[in-house]
Amino acid sequence: MKLSAKTEEPLQIVSVIDDRIDAAVALEFKETMRQLTEDAPATVILDLSSVTFIDSSGLGAIVATMKYLAPDRTLVLAGLTGPVDRVFRLTRMDSVFTLYPTLEAAVHDQELL
Amino acid sequence: MIAESRKQNVADIPAPPFAFEQNLDGTQDAVRGALAVFLDRLAPLPLSDDELGVIELVMAETLNNIVEHAFRDHPQPGLIRIRCQYHSNNLHLRITDLGDAMPNSVLPQPKGFDIDVAVEDLPEGGFGWGLIRALTGDVSYARSGPMNITTMRVPVGSA
Repeated sequence: MKLSAKTEEPLQIVSVIDDRIDAAVALEFKETMRQLTEDAPATVILDLSSVTFIDSSGLGAIVATMKYLAPDRTLVLAGLTGPVDRVFRLTRMDSVFTLYPTLEAAVHDQELL
Repeated sequence: MIAESRKQNVADIPAPPFAFEQNLDGTQDAVRGALAVFLDRLAPLPLSDDELGVIELVMAETLNNIVEHAFRDHPQPGLIRIRCQYHSNNLHLRITDLGDAMPNSVLPQPKGFDIDVAVEDLPEGGFGWGLIRALTGDVSYARSGPMNITTMRVPVGSA
């Protein structure tokens, strides 16, 4: 499970390099996210623009990351591709997370907050 | 004369329906590989990327449910068998395994999520059957002796 992280206060951007977050890597994703965001600032942007497949286990791992960061820090999602967006919509998780079409839009919006 | 009539007989036989079977081990790693093979085998069908995405998700949820539940207490993963048939704008899927039965031998009802809750109370699982039911029709489950039989239909190609 490849992820890259960079922090530019008050934001941390974590980009998923792999194209799948599925049951085979969900635990590893959750664990890696936990390590990467241990000292994260108030907002973590998860860039999902390279991810073309996610299943319910992958979704659960993203929800778990959000719960790990709460209550002091928040996870927002950027760059959802069609198949990823479908899973968030059908499970209504699209209303739980703040979603941005692109990483640029997320950074721009979050910096203004 | 004989050859001639044989030729005619062959022409009378309708084209065979599109169908195939695929087996995989009941592990998460095997599921990932099997999904790639499964999608490859659908290549002859006129399916859009969107439809292939739906099919991949439905199959992933179904197979992972078997791995995580039916084979949970099995020291060695069992075999999962998929049968896929396509006709009349529908993909008919039949998935069988020799794992443990569903609780009470019935299909789980998708959980109605309450998402208007505090972040720490958000669900991290239980999404699978809701996704399957949202994307398929005619989902059925039966226990036949030692075998779980799950069937479903994915509507495709409806312009």
